[in-house]
Amino acid sequence: MLMELTHRCPLKCPYCSNPLALDRARDELDTATWKRVISEAAAIGTLQGHFSGGEPMVRDDLAELVGHARAEGLYTNLITSAVLLTASRMTELAQAGLDHVQISFQGADAEVADPIAGLRNAHAKKIAAAKLVREAGLALTVNAVVHRRNLHQLPAMIELAVEAGAQRIEVAHVQYYGWALKNRAALIPTRAQLDEATIIVEAARTRLNGILTIDYVVPDYYASRPKACMGGWARRFFNITPSGKMLPCHAAETLPGLRFERVTDRSVGEIWADSPAFEVYRGTAWMAPPCQGCPRAEIDWGGCRCQALALTGDAAATDPACGLSPNHALMAALAVAESTAAIDDFAYRMIS
Amino acid sequence: MLSRHVRFRFDEARDCHVLLAPERVIMPDPIAVAILERCDGVASVGSIADDLAAHYAAPRAAVLADCLEMLNDLAAKGMIAS
Ligand code: SF4
Ligand code: SF4
Repeated sequence: MLMELTHRCPLKCPYCSNPLALDRARDELDTATWKRVISEAAAIGTLQGHFSGGEPMVRDDLAELVGHARAEGLYTNLITSAVLLTASRMTELAQAGLDHVQISFQGADAEVADPIAGLRNAHAKKIAAAKLVREAGLALTVNAVVHRRNLHQLPAMIELAVEAGAQRIEVAHVQYYGWALKNRAALIPTRAQLDEATIIVEAARTRLNGILTIDYVVPDYYASRPKACMGGWARRFFNITPSGKMLPCHAAETLPGLRFERVTDRSVGEIWADSPAFEVYRGTAWMAPPCQGCPRAEIDWGGCRCQALALTGDAAATDPACGLSPNHALMAALAVAESTAAIDDFAYRMIS
Repeated sequence: MLSRHVRFRFDEARDCHVLLAPERVIMPDPIAVAILERCDGVASVGSIADDLAAHYAAPRAAVLADCLEMLNDLAAKGMIAS
């Protein structure tokens, strides 16, 4: 379960996965409702509770919710920009039983990172926060979201993770939905950059075996088979928005014609079991060829619905990341065109 | 022992043990569960193998090989610390 406690955030990353229409503070679920949601999720077998946002630390009740999730047996993970993490809040969260902290970094130094985050001094605060996490004895993942503007710093970002004492780094290429889709032409890496990144990651994995785990997410735009988006629609994952909508994926609201139920109207278990928006792409019955009957149908579940919609206009189409999709060539051509055309801030502004 | 960020517990909804780490859920098989239950941060791999071999009346060499394979696998994933 991913809990987007709020859409409020002091940063302004151009690849944010939040929807273009953000929930307001006054529409956020209150503490008691979040606690009920956590208990209902635990009751249907949810194993992990990821506290996210926006910036989850803007909520004063974060430690209370973490404590409740721990008491319900969930593995608790805080996904944060860390610019609000102070020593006292770190102590409070550690005492509440937080298992793990994931801090996003926008680059390897302030010069590159701060303009991407849209906040001065953000990078220095993150470095300080990472230290607090380690001093509190908690495990740390460095979340390095990479794209054309910072890929040249990938080796330095891996070093940063080692120096910060992280056990794990997630090197994630931007996934193009939400704000990232809007800024795609300014972010998408070139094929050469991507190939180089893959070589860097492979070398670092060998060198840092046993020291740093490197998880690597490759962008779909240059792939030949899609990812199993969210492990398959409504199979393993759900997301609760700040105002209490329950979604099978954090980008699912971009799909037209689906009505997402609220946890203030029905329980998490009821919505998971039979909400039409969860049922619509669950399993394989909804698929058309080439997915229907494909031996990979239960491996990748036809890929990403939001990506299919964004690129083909049909949410039920085969993800164009798949080489068997009739739209695959179009997708690859688009990636090449955009990655090589827009190379500076000027192009960035034109896109946004 | 298990790394600080890894939790090992019984899940009632699935009626099995689970190993939890960020972005990872592992459902260990019964042999792995027996090994993990003995990983208390004190016992050595050798003593865990002794205990299991006695408990299941199995050849110690085979048990030890199983233990090492599983623990090395988890170590590679960063899920156990020495
Ligand atoms: S055709 Fe569909 S199921 Fe088959 S590999 Fe492509 S996306 Fe996956
Ligand atoms: S298909 Fe849509 S809902 Fe699923 S992960 Fe992709 S963007 Fe998210």
